[in-house]
Amino acid sequence: MTFEDWIFALHLLSAATLVGSLVMSWIVIVALRSVDTVATTLGFNRVAMVGTVTTAVGLVGAIAFGIWLAILRDAFHVWDGWVIAAIVLWIVATLALWRSFVEYAKGVEQATALPAADWASPSPAVTASNRATTGLVFRAVGSWRSC
Amino acid sequence: MLAAIRPGEQDFALLLHLVGATVVFGALLASSTSLLLARGDARLLRLGYFSLLVVGLPGLILMRLAGEWLYQLQHWDDVSERFGEPSWLGIGFVVADWGGLLFLLSLVLGGVGVHRLNRGNGGVGLLRATMVISLVLVLAYVVAVWAMTGKPE
Repeated sequence: MTFEDWIFALHLLSAATLVGSLVMSWIVIVALRSVDTVATTLGFNRVAMVGTVTTAVGLVGAIAFGIWLAILRDAFHVWDGWVIAAIVLWIVATLALWRSFVEYAKGVEQATALPAADWASPSPAVTASNRATTGLVFRAVGSWRSC
Repeated sequence: MLAAIRPGEQDFALLLHLVGATVVFGALLASSTSLLLARGDARLLRLGYFSLLVVGLPGLILMRLAGEWLYQLQHWDDVSERFGEPSWLGIGFVVADWGGLLFLLSLVLGGVGVHRLNRGNGGVGLLRATMVISLVLVLAYVVAVWAMTGKPE
């Protein structure tokens, strides 16, 4: 494999990591909608954090190796229309996903603000927080733009 | 991801293959992470198992069938045995087929584990075995993606 082949493989590996992480995050988000206790919300949040880290790794890897590849290859350039479009979509996806992560972090923060003695009991406030639509909408936009 | 696909008659089969692969990869990530971080929480243990069953299995089937379709479209059957198949294709088949068997084994073990968990009769050990298999498969899929994209000699 040439150096260029390695950069191409790492670019696609990052893209696969990104999309795989988004699939993972959607599994957690859908399952979280039926969670009504703080303790279980925190458990799901531990899993979601891993998804957040792998999503960030995928986003950074995809853009960094993608631009590197565009510089290395003679067949296309960073200023080509489709490359610029891909970079713009990457920016939109990154902003939407970042906002989504912030929204879900707010929900966890609100849940942990409840008295620790109530963490194992079902709470309508926790259910409402886990079903909030703002984070969901931003995640949907970010996922769509990533693909 | 879609920007990586070039126009051609094989686009749709390749798209389905990639969608299936990323879905099964995501389900394996969700499953292994949920089972690893469950700390005995029954809901997370169930999430780990059902991620594999409800999301991962359809993804695996889609990936394998679309891969076979792509294999036919690219006429790999017509390549003389003297030349043999390229190593990246061999790695893909090993991960898809042997990995598929491991995947089914993890589903069986996890299914018994969840059944025992629901009856309050243990099952955590079996789900831990499912987690180990999922982690092995995550690594195998990383190697497969590297092989299929980098296409080493």
